[in-house]
Amino acid sequence: MSDWALTLAVFLPTVGALVIALVPGDRDRLVRGLGILFTAVPLVIGIALLFGYDFSAPGAFGDGSAGQALQYEVNASWISVIGARYHLGIDGVSLPLLELTLLLGLLCMVYTWRYLPEPGRPKAFVGLMLLLQTGMAGTFVAFDLVLFFVFWELVLVPMYFLIGLWGGPNREYAAIKFFLYTLFGSVFMLLGFLAMYFRADPHTFDMIALQQAGFSQDFQLLVFAGLFLGFAIKVPMWPFHTWLPDAHTEAPTVGSVVLAGVLLKMGTYGFVRIALPILPEASRVWAPWIGVLAVIAIVYAALACLAQRDLKRLIAFSSVGHMGFVMLGIATLTDVGINAAIFGMVAHGIITGMLFFLAGSVHERYHTREIAEIGGGMLQKMPALASILAFTAIASLGLPGLAGFWGEVMALLSSYNPAEGLSLGLFRTLMVFGGIGTILTAGYFLWMLQRVNLGTVPDRWREKTLSDVTAAEYVSWAPLLVATLLLGIFPRLIFGVTSEAVGTLVALF
Amino acid sequence: MPFDVDYHAIAPELIVSGTILLVLVADLLLRPDRKWLSMVISFLGVAAALVVELTLVGDLRTSFDGTYVNDAFAVLFKTFFLSVALVVLLLSLRYFRDGRYYQGEYYFLLLSSFLGMLTISSSRDLLMLFISLELVTAPGWLMAAFRKRDPRSNEAGLKYFLIGILSTAVMLYGMSLVYGVTGSLRLQDIAGSLQGEPQAVAIAAVLFVVAGFAFKVSSVPFHFWAPDTYEGSPVPVAAFLSVASKAAGFAGLLQLMFTGFLPLAEFWAPVFAVLSVLTMTIGNLVATQQRQIVRLLAYSSIAQAGYMLLPFALVGGGADSQAFEAAVLYILIYAVMTLGAFAVVIGLAREAPGALISDFAGLGRRAPALALSMALFMVSLAGIPPLAGFYAKLVIFLAAISADQLWLAVVMVINSVISIWYYVGVVRQMYFVQVPEARPVRAPALATGVAVLAAVVILAGGIYPDLFARLPGAAALVP
Repeated sequence: MSDWALTLAVFLPTVGALVIALVPGDRDRLVRGLGILFTAVPLVIGIALLFGYDFSAPGAFGDGSAGQALQYEVNASWISVIGARYHLGIDGVSLPLLELTLLLGLLCMVYTWRYLPEPGRPKAFVGLMLLLQTGMAGTFVAFDLVLFFVFWELVLVPMYFLIGLWGGPNREYAAIKFFLYTLFGSVFMLLGFLAMYFRADPHTFDMIALQQAGFSQDFQLLVFAGLFLGFAIKVPMWPFHTWLPDAHTEAPTVGSVVLAGVLLKMGTYGFVRIALPILPEASRVWAPWIGVLAVIAIVYAALACLAQRDLKRLIAFSSVGHMGFVMLGIATLTDVGINAAIFGMVAHGIITGMLFFLAGSVHERYHTREIAEIGGGMLQKMPALASILAFTAIASLGLPGLAGFWGEVMALLSSYNPAEGLSLGLFRTLMVFGGIGTILTAGYFLWMLQRVNLGTVPDRWREKTLSDVTAAEYVSWAPLLVATLLLGIFPRLIFGVTSEAVGTLVALF
Repeated sequence: MPFDVDYHAIAPELIVSGTILLVLVADLLLRPDRKWLSMVISFLGVAAALVVELTLVGDLRTSFDGTYVNDAFAVLFKTFFLSVALVVLLLSLRYFRDGRYYQGEYYFLLLSSFLGMLTISSSRDLLMLFISLELVTAPGWLMAAFRKRDPRSNEAGLKYFLIGILSTAVMLYGMSLVYGVTGSLRLQDIAGSLQGEPQAVAIAAVLFVVAGFAFKVSSVPFHFWAPDTYEGSPVPVAAFLSVASKAAGFAGLLQLMFTGFLPLAEFWAPVFAVLSVLTMTIGNLVATQQRQIVRLLAYSSIAQAGYMLLPFALVGGGADSQAFEAAVLYILIYAVMTLGAFAVVIGLAREAPGALISDFAGLGRRAPALALSMALFMVSLAGIPPLAGFYAKLVIFLAAISADQLWLAVVMVINSVISIWYYVGVVRQMYFVQVPEARPVRAPALATGVAVLAAVVILAGGIYPDLFARLPGAAALVP
């Protein structure tokens, strides 16, 4: 069973998509039920994994024993001609992200039980969401570069359709922009993978074997550039972020949840899993630049958020900033920084996923996302929804005691003392600007809350009956809200999993 | 001079030749409303030839004094051409029956062309290669002009004929020079005498031959005929031209370049690099501007020819066998994708005779099976995993990097991204554009069947590339 656990968790959603394709088109409830079923079972498997997981094991990084650090490993022949293998496994870095993916996948399906975006068509919608799920979960457990790339790209087409068919008014533009932008980056990433394959002796696509390849520094620098383009666009780092506000804003609610919650993490995960351990010397050279871009993203996103009038677009831009903190943590190449980055990824997935759910629900009721048109007073009109929005927004701005806090503060902390060889002065300056970013972040979130929640209900909404949070919403949100609180109080829930793995990674620097 | 003839080895060719004569005679005897039976006869003949061909797998047989060889390469390509012939026949039936064209003559011409493809795969001799190649091309001139009441079809035929005859002349001139320099027509002997200090005239001769082939595979700058010809021809003929005829050109090119002209690789490999880059770039850029689906597929096929030419540019870089395999694999996968896409166009021929891309609007709801297949072909042609087209590109990238020609891989990568724009444009049209009244399309069963089958192959081959990844390696001309 343990051999099959990961394969099942990754591919059951695809099986579900095939099953749904065979269901008659008019069985709407059945289709949505199957969607829940085929994401719930993988989550159950994901939780069952935890019981057999050795939390004290090192990560799959570093010396020759790294291979043994992989748990629930599967390594079977796949494309024998080029030596690409079906190699899956998890370690402390993959596990939290896999669980996050499985959880968000299920919650999106639960939400879809009640809310299906226009123009309906449940079969296609649920089927595409399930395909997307396979791509995302697979990315976090693949240990072969070709397999990783296939999963990585598998995400594109379903997401293109989700945005293009069920998105907002400007959906087609957003969909193709997302598609082309991401693809442009990832083909250079692929070239980087192929270059590594040929330089390694013997030729291999295996991520663990490649760590022993010992590439020369010049080669590392070049390959890192290719990988950087792929990962940085996905994250997205400033200045490659322009696809994000369009895609997130136009996507249907659950599409945005998945985009923000999981898709962006594929980029940061790529840095931690592939770029850093295989190309350590290049990472050291590139790290300051990444740090600078990360901090630009933080400050730029905060300023952009202050200028947004659309609630969803505001949340989208806030993602750019939060991912900036994650990248800053990674750029320090320290134990603290990378732990913070992984924590930040999970926390951002939970909180921003939640925020996009809320933006969707607000739009569902007001039929507008313009903050000015909502006009305030939501706390009076819909107290539960408004309270949840306040809670989540405050979590997102990084209030201590909630999940958003640890990732940000530790990322800043780590840049006070970056890895050996990195410029102290530069990173401390970055820390200062990052700190300014957190203040601006608090500023725009609080200002948003003030304009949406507080004040009196405008006349146009006063007479309308706007229903407060529904059962389906409570069910799909409760786990995220609980997780926000739990991770805030017990950060060890994540750090306990990641610290051993990150320890073996930073030993390389 | 007595020839050693291995009748088993040439049995498929003999069966096809017999079928050709049978079709011609049968057409005289069939009543006008039964003319379509020619297709049935052709189909059975080709199927029989295919079965016989499969009995030759794994053999190495030579006939006619070593000029006609049935090795793994020949068997692979013959099996491929015969399978393509079956598909083209299936796609032609309804189009030609309903369109009241001369069916007997059409099937006669089509089979003659396929006979040329069979012989091209086995020819290890310049003269034989040339005759085969002309046997492939000449019926094409007539078939392209088969819709004789439509001026565009006349234009298609005439253009194809004029440019074709010109390139034939150039190629023949080149071949005569090769003979003059080496004193032999056999590829192996030519390779032998081209060793050593290269002569300028030999290089010139090779370039003339390459120019002739560049026309056959519609490479830039000899590509101008392709879009007009495809557009004017009957759609099944366009499918035939863009898949079978192009693959035949590549089959000949592979044999010439990887055996006969191999010693001069350092001179012609850079030429292919230029041809490849120009072909893919111009093909892709012009394709983004197309409004008509057949023209789009024509430019797409030009761009794809650019990818297939790339491995030739790698010869002599220390990765010859990889390059060879990459080219063969790409041709095979390209054929499946493109035939599938043409099957969809033929399936819609009655609904949308103009075959504009905008006619595809709302197809996702009007013909779900056709639309989904078409979407898979487009995404696969663009090279996105997990479809077979991705694997085909991956192998070319690998070969390019292996031969230290990273820049070619980068150019191809950028081209792939450009191509997504128009491939996805078709997908967009089918799924995103709403039509006021979405009538279901009554697509012919044969075309739909072919499209779905091709889509399944593309998907299966992408998920588990070992399905056909081993074929080209087994068929290598290069050790």
